[in-house]
Amino acid sequence: MLQLITFSTLNGVLYGMLLFMMASGLTLIFSMMGVLNFAHASFYMIGAYFGFEISRRIGFWPGFIVAPLLVGVVGALIERYGLRRVHKFGHVAELLFTFGLAFVIEELVNMIWGKLPVDYRVPPSLDFVAFRLFDTTYPAYRMFMLATAIAMFAFLILVLKRTRVGLIIQASLTHPNMVAMLGHDVPTVFMAVFGVGAALAGLAGVIAGPALVTQPAMAALLGPILFVVIVVGGLGSLGGAFVASLLIGLVQTFAVAINGSLKDVMGPVATTIFGELGGVTLAQIAPLLPYLMLVLVLIFKPTGLFGNRES
Amino acid sequence: MRKFTLGVCMAALLTAGAANAQETVKMGYIDPLSGGGASVGEVGLKHYQWLADQINAQGGLMGKKLEIIPLDNKTNPQEAVVQAQKAIDAGARYITQGNGSSVAAALSDFVTKFNDRNPGKEVLYFNYAAVDDSLTNEKCSFWHFRWDANSSIKMTAITNYLKSQPNVKKVYLINQDYSFGQGVRKLAAEMLKAKRPDVQIVGDELHPLLKITDFAPYIAKIKASGADTVITGNWGQDIALLLKAAADAGLQANWFTYYAGGAGGPTAIKQTGLQHKVYDIVEGNPNTAIEAAQKQEEEFRAKFGVTLWYPRAVNEMRMFAKAVKEANSLDPKAVALKLEGMTADVFDGGQGTMRKDDHQFFQDMYIRSFGPLDPGAKFDEEKTGWGWKQQGKIAAADTNVPTTCKMERP
Repeated sequence: MLQLITFSTLNGVLYGMLLFMMASGLTLIFSMMGVLNFAHASFYMIGAYFGFEISRRIGFWPGFIVAPLLVGVVGALIERYGLRRVHKFGHVAELLFTFGLAFVIEELVNMIWGKLPVDYRVPPSLDFVAFRLFDTTYPAYRMFMLATAIAMFAFLILVLKRTRVGLIIQASLTHPNMVAMLGHDVPTVFMAVFGVGAALAGLAGVIAGPALVTQPAMAALLGPILFVVIVVGGLGSLGGAFVASLLIGLVQTFAVAINGSLKDVMGPVATTIFGELGGVTLAQIAPLLPYLMLVLVLIFKPTGLFGNRES
Repeated sequence: MRKFTLGVCMAALLTAGAANAQETVKMGYIDPLSGGGASVGEVGLKHYQWLADQINAQGGLMGKKLEIIPLDNKTNPQEAVVQAQKAIDAGARYITQGNGSSVAAALSDFVTKFNDRNPGKEVLYFNYAAVDDSLTNEKCSFWHFRWDANSSIKMTAITNYLKSQPNVKKVYLINQDYSFGQGVRKLAAEMLKAKRPDVQIVGDELHPLLKITDFAPYIAKIKASGADTVITGNWGQDIALLLKAAADAGLQANWFTYYAGGAGGPTAIKQTGLQHKVYDIVEGNPNTAIEAAQKQEEEFRAKFGVTLWYPRAVNEMRMFAKAVKEANSLDPKAVALKLEGMTADVFDGGQGTMRKDDHQFFQDMYIRSFGPLDPGAKFDEEKTGWGWKQQGKIAAADTNVPTTCKMERP
C-alpha cells in the first residue's frame, strides 16, 4: 500500500508539474491579452517535434536549450503577424484564429513528420535507474523532468516577483487597461508574453516527448485538460494554475489506483439506484474526473479556486 | 459545329474516364491512419498495398487491377461508417478493416443493411484483425469474413499453455474499455477458473481505449498487487506504452498478450530485459515459417522496414483472389459463396478453412515468446537483436470453438 501511495504521489506530482508548465503560459496569455489560446497545446507538440529533430542531429542537450527558444520565436511571430492583426476584430475573432491555428499546426506536423509516433528517445546520459524503492525502480529521466519543471517554476516566480518586467506583467494580470494607460508598450509586452508562454509549453514538449509519445495527436490529447486546469485554478491566477495542476495530476493518478465503486460504498443498493453505473470503479472513470471537477467548480465557484476576475 | 466537336470530345473523355474507372477493382481499406491507432493502421495499409501489387503482377483479378483506397476511420465506429460509404461511392465493392472490434461491429452492421437495401450492388467486408467473439456469434453476417482467430481461440490457447506453467499464481488482467477488452477480461476469468482454479486474479483493470500516454500509474498498481503474470488484449500504442511503463518501473512479470508484437512493443520488451517472459499468440512466426513465407518476409522487411505483422492479411487476399477465380466473377455475392467453406494454403505453412457456419477462419496458431535470437533464427524485431521464438503450436483442428451464429443467407 505504501508503495502504491509513494509511486502514485511521484507520478501525480510529475504529471501535475508537466501540466503546470503549459498552464502557466496559457493563463499568463489569457490574463494579459484576454485570449483563450486554443493553440497552446500545439506549442507543446511543436516543442516535442523540434526537440526530436534537433536531438537526432546534434543531441538531446542542444535540443533541450534550442527547441524551446525556437518555439518561443514561432509563438512571438504568430502573435506579431497573426494575432495582432486579428486583435482589432475583437475577442471572438482571436478565439477563432487560435482555434484554426491548432488545426493548421496539427496538419503541418502530419505533413512534415507523418502520422506515426516518431522515435524520440531518452538521452543515454539520463537512461538509468534513479532509485529503487520497495523493489520498484524509478527512471532518472522522470526525476529530470520533475527537476526541470521545478526549476522553471522557480524561474517564473523570480521573474514575476523580482523584476520590472514581472511588475508590469503582474499589473496586467489584474489591471490590464491601467497598464496600457501608463504608457507601457503593451503590444511588445503582449508579444513577449505570448512568446515566453509558447516557449514554456515548448520546453514541456521537449522533456515530455521522450517519456510520453511524440505524435500528432499529443496536442489534442492534452489540450482539454489544460483548460480544466486554468478554469479550476481561476483564469489569470498563476498560483491557482499551480495548485490546480498538482490537484488534477494527483486526482487522476490516485483515482487509477483506487478500485472502489459506488457498490462498495453503499452496498447492493447502488445497483438498484444507479444500475450499471453502480459497479463502475473509480479507476475506470479516472480520465473523467478532471472534467467533473471543471463542471463542479463552474457551478459553485465560477471564478475558480483562486481567481477573482469574472472574465 | 465547334460546339458539337467539343461535345463529342467531352463525351469521349467521359466514357474513357468511365472505362478507366471500371478497369480497376477497388477495395476500401478503412482503418486508423491518425490518432492512437495510426501506428498499426499505417503498417496494415502497407501490407494491403504490397499484396495488391502482388495480385496485379500476376495479372490482377480477372484481368483488372486491384486498387486499395486508404480511408482514415480514426478508430471511431461512426467515422468508419462514413468512410465505408465514401468507399462505396468511389466504386468499391469490397472493404477491409481490422483495428477495433467496436468499429468492426459497426461496419458489419452497415454492410449488412446496405446490402439489404441495394440488391445487386452488394458490398463484402473482410475483417483481418477485429477478434471480438460476437462478430461471428450473435452479430454474425453473411457479408462479413474474419481471418484472424477470434478472442476465445486465442484465450483458449493462452490458458491451455498456462496449465503447463505452475509458477503462474497471481494474475492481473488489464484491458481496453470497449467490447473487445471487456470480452478478453471475461474470457480470461472464465477460462482460468476452469483450467487453473488455483490461480488467483489479483487485479482486473479496464482503461480508456488509445487515450493513455503514461501507464506509470497502472504499473504502480500492478506492482502493488503482487501479480506474477499479466494478461492483456491491448493493441496499438496501448500495448507499447504499457510495456514501456513496465520497463521503466522494472516490473518483473510474465506477460501473456494478444499483440505484444505491434509497433514499439519489442523495443520496450528488450528494455525490460524480460527474456522469454513476454508471450503472444499469433497465426504466424517468421522464424519457423515455411521457406516461401520467409522469403516474402525478407522482401517485405527490405521494402518497408517493418515486420510482416499480418500473415492473415496475406491469407485474406490470396483467398480473395482464389475465390474470384473460382467464381469467375467479381460480384461480391458470388465471391462470398466461394469463400464459404474454402480450404486454402496458409501463408506460414499448413492449411486453413473458412467455416461456413460463421465465416470464421481456422488455422494453425502459435504461442511465441520474445528473447535473444536462437542460432539460425533469421528475424529479429525493431533492430533489437531479439526475436520471437515458438513455444507452442496449436493445430487448426484444435482451435475449433463452437459458434452461436444463425446466419441469414441471401
